[in-house]
Amino acid sequence: MGRLEIMQGGAAVANAVKNCEPNVIAAYPITPATIIVESLAEFVADGILKAEYINVESEHSAISALIGASSVGARTFSATSSQGLALMHEALFNASGLRLPVVMVVANRALSAPLSIWNDQQDSISQRDSGWIQLYAEDVQEAVDMCVQAYRVAEDPKVLLPAMVCMDGFILTHVYEPVEIPPLEEVRRFLPPFNPKNKLIPECPLSFGMFADPSFYTEFKYLQHTAFMEAKKTIKKVASEFCKSFGRDNYGDLIQEYRTKDAEVVLVSMGSLIGTLKDAVDDLREKGIKVGVLKVRSFRPFPSEEIYNSIKEAKAIAVIEKDISLGLGGALLLEIRSELYSKPKKPITLGFIAGLGGRDIPKPSINRVVEKAFAAAEGRKAKEEVEFLDLRKEMI
Amino acid sequence: MTMKPSLKIEKSKLRLPETELFGPGSRACAGCGELLAVRHALKATGSNSIVVSATGCMEVISSPYPESAWKTPWIHSLFENAAAVASGVESALKALGKSGIRVVVMGGDGALADIGFGAVSGALDRRQSLTYILTDNEAYMNTGIQSSGTTPYGAWTTTTPAGAVKKGKETPKKDLVRIMLGHGVQYIATASIAYPIDLVNKVKKAVSVDGPSFVHISCPCPIGWHFPPEKTVEIARLAVDTGMWIIYEVERGILRITYKPDRLKPVRDYLVLQGRFEHLSDADIEKIQSDCTKSYENLVNRDGKSLI
Repeated sequence: MGRLEIMQGGAAVANAVKNCEPNVIAAYPITPATIIVESLAEFVADGILKAEYINVESEHSAISALIGASSVGARTFSATSSQGLALMHEALFNASGLRLPVVMVVANRALSAPLSIWNDQQDSISQRDSGWIQLYAEDVQEAVDMCVQAYRVAEDPKVLLPAMVCMDGFILTHVYEPVEIPPLEEVRRFLPPFNPKNKLIPECPLSFGMFADPSFYTEFKYLQHTAFMEAKKTIKKVASEFCKSFGRDNYGDLIQEYRTKDAEVVLVSMGSLIGTLKDAVDDLREKGIKVGVLKVRSFRPFPSEEIYNSIKEAKAIAVIEKDISLGLGGALLLEIRSELYSKPKKPITLGFIAGLGGRDIPKPSINRVVEKAFAAAEGRKAKEEVEFLDLRKEMI
Repeated sequence: MTMKPSLKIEKSKLRLPETELFGPGSRACAGCGELLAVRHALKATGSNSIVVSATGCMEVISSPYPESAWKTPWIHSLFENAAAVASGVESALKALGKSGIRVVVMGGDGALADIGFGAVSGALDRRQSLTYILTDNEAYMNTGIQSSGTTPYGAWTTTTPAGAVKKGKETPKKDLVRIMLGHGVQYIATASIAYPIDLVNKVKKAVSVDGPSFVHISCPCPIGWHFPPEKTVEIARLAVDTGMWIIYEVERGILRITYKPDRLKPVRDYLVLQGRFEHLSDADIEKIQSDCTKSYENLVNRDGKSLI
């Protein structure tokens, strides 16, 4: 057991990563991820962490350097955000296709234009199909623990996929919370050294990153997809083992359910909003309103069955998300709707776009979402297919 | 013609190593100049090296899954990130305590001089111990002969076509050596596939440098330059003999031209053999001759002196 300390989110995550003992860190500054890599640079400068720290000239090079390092058999780390993640886009697919278990923290931030340094989840959601495991943390403690779990999952020989630990920018990266950093010795016991079967060594000269013609390409993609399906099991197993080893309360694996058992309305979201939703639900429950929260912890792999089992008895669900696939709707809503299509039970699904560019999502707004969901459950049709929560109509 | 090095070369260095680290049977076009450059460069880097290739002709012809021509550990990631990938490889070797393995970055003019140049500059700035082998065929050949930063003045490419008002590429070749000098690179060399012993010796020197080193190799391309495939070496040699490509090295800032022809041949001899220059008028050729003479003399005058 570690000890509880008050720490800033970014620094806390850096401390957890330090105890995972990455061999190579490559990073480029971008708000609000910078504090994570600054802390790691200090650990390296002080000799507390024995790692090579590469100050690269762009995020594209940050991820590329980790591709190189991981292919030699090094454990690797980076952190980025928003435009930085977008700049990495091309190389993200490459890291996954090469089956390199790079772990990266994404400090979720809005994408330009207009320029915004504040939080939403458009950046990582936009990398949905890049072949990275995507985990979303509710609070600092979960982000800290997720880093350790992410390495275990990513480096599992049956998985070998890169993983993003997504934490809401500023809301989690810059908040001070009491956290317990998984101690070095315990992390060492939980996380075996990274020793991939295939790596670049002169004694056994392998070729990485060959080109595949149409008679081979599909099979590479199939195997990647299979690895994602395998990752579902691994994420569950690793989360439960972690909680046992480190004495944590269970905060879910692929999903977490909060007071959903008899809920007529379930609020669905990812990331730091979950805390506010749980709080709002507690208040509503006191008034006898049957509402619960479903936290989607893993966006890729997508826990279709788990989500369905959690919401199937509800009358309505309201998906509140900090992203939008422009011209259609929120990405999480779309995934859930597509899952429900083939299922016998179909709760009404409402979508709310909220918190874009860092706009606060206060409890009264959540209460309005709940009211709308109950109204829909009673048969009143929602006015809009995609509703922007707290839209300032007077400005438009 | 025999090679006349301006400096003495030890006897042991006058023979090419017999090791072949690039396997036979690759998909290269007949007469591929780049293939000769890579084959010879690998003789110098040896098997205790890791090669990082950028996307391009070489990657495509050498690695159709499940067949690979590479007998060294080899990784190809993307087009523009070879220097960054190599940086990661080098750092990882350090972190894992594996010493004595040289990391070699191989890329074409597009990969190392244009789209991937930012990554090269960053890795040079960090003084990462990498040897860059730029196999320069003077255009984007893999995508079908488009103009690059090292396409020479006047050359036809599919994106600098010669027409009624335009006469091919309108700007001269980028001077990569000067750019390397600006980054403080301790060993910089230019080489030609027509002078393989010189090429191998330069790459050998480059891989022994503690820090970054850079070897820029001229690689004639029969498809892109429009000449018969049996003329690759002849054209490479003519480039040197006309002064269109000067082979030299810059060690800690000191210039050494490793081969100076007794008398330069006219550039016309080099240009007329290549279809990419066939649209040029006498006046155009005169301009190229004048530019070539000027830059050759400029370099010869500094031979043995510091360029910094």
